[in-house]
Amino acid sequence: MIGMTHYLVLSAILFALSVMGIFLNRKNIIVVLMSIELMLLAVNFNFITFSSFLHNVAGQIFVFFTLTVAAAEAAIGLAILIILFRNLRSINVQDMDQLKG
Amino acid sequence: MDVTSVLFYVFSAILLISGLRVITAKNPVHAALFLVLAFINASCLWMMLGAEFLALTLILVYVGAVMVLFLFVVMMLDVDLEAIRKGFWKNFPLALVLGVVVLIEMLLVVLRNPLITTAVNADPATNISNSNKLGWVLYTQYSYPVELASMVLLLGLVVAVALTLRKSEKAAKYQNINKQVATDSKTRFTMVKMDSEVEDKGDAQ
Repeated sequence: MIGMTHYLVLSAILFALSVMGIFLNRKNIIVVLMSIELMLLAVNFNFITFSSFLHNVAGQIFVFFTLTVAAAEAAIGLAILIILFRNLRSINVQDMDQLKG
Repeated sequence: MDVTSVLFYVFSAILLISGLRVITAKNPVHAALFLVLAFINASCLWMMLGAEFLALTLILVYVGAVMVLFLFVVMMLDVDLEAIRKGFWKNFPLALVLGVVVLIEMLLVVLRNPLITTAVNADPATNISNSNKLGWVLYTQYSYPVELASMVLLLGLVVAVALTLRKSEKAAKYQNINKQVATDSKTRFTMVKMDSEVEDKGDAQ
C-alpha cells in the first residue's frame, strides 16, 4: 500500500535532482529556470501529500497560490532573459557580471 | 501489489526519468518537452492523492501556458548548443555530491520522523468533491489572498510587457499626453488661403 512516505521520498528525489540541475547547467540559464520549476513542483508535491493524508485543505490552497506566483515568476524571468540576450547575445550565467558581484 | 501501487510506481518512474532528462538534455527544446512530461506525470500523481483541482490546474497553467512560453523563448533565442554544454562534466562531481547530500538529509527527515510514518489515510467518508471543498474556502476564508494573487498576475503581465518593449520611435508609437491635453482649436484646424483651381480642359486628352 502506498503511504505518505512513498510520496515524500519521491518529492525528495525530485528536489535533489533539480538541485543537481542548477549546478550542472551553469552555462545555460534556461535550464536553470526549468530546474527551479522542477524544484517548485517537488515542494508542491510535499504540500499536497500532507494535505491529502492529514485531511487539511490549507495545503492545497497554498499550492494554488504557489502556482500563481510561479506563473508570474516564469513570465518575468523569461522577459528578463530576453532583454539579457538582446544586450549580451549570450545566456551564459558567467557573462552576467556587470554588477561585478 | 494492487493497482494503485503499480500506477504510483509507473508514474513516479516516468516523472523521475523525465526529470533526469530535463537536467541532462543537450538541447534546451528537449529539456522543455521532458519538463512537460514530468508535469503531466506529477499531475497524474496529484490526481491519485485526491487533488483533482490542482492536478488539472497544473496541466492548464504549466503545460498550457508556462511551458509554451518556455518553448517560445528557447526557440526564439539563437543559442550556440556547443557552448552551453561546456563545463557540464566539470561541474558533474560537485553537483552529484551536493545532490546526494541534499537527498540524504531529506530522507533522514522523512524516514526518521514518527509523525510521518504513523500518519495514515483514514478518510472521513464524504462525497464532497475536491474542487467543491477548495472553492468553499477559497472564496470565503481566503478571498483576500485570492485578490492579492490576481494582483500578482497583473503585475507579471505589466512587467513582462514593460521589460521587453523596445523604446524606439520606429518600433512603437507613443501618445504625448501633455500635448494632447494642452491642445486647442488653433492647433487642430488651419485655414489656408489659396487661389481657386480651374480645371484644365486639355489635360484629359
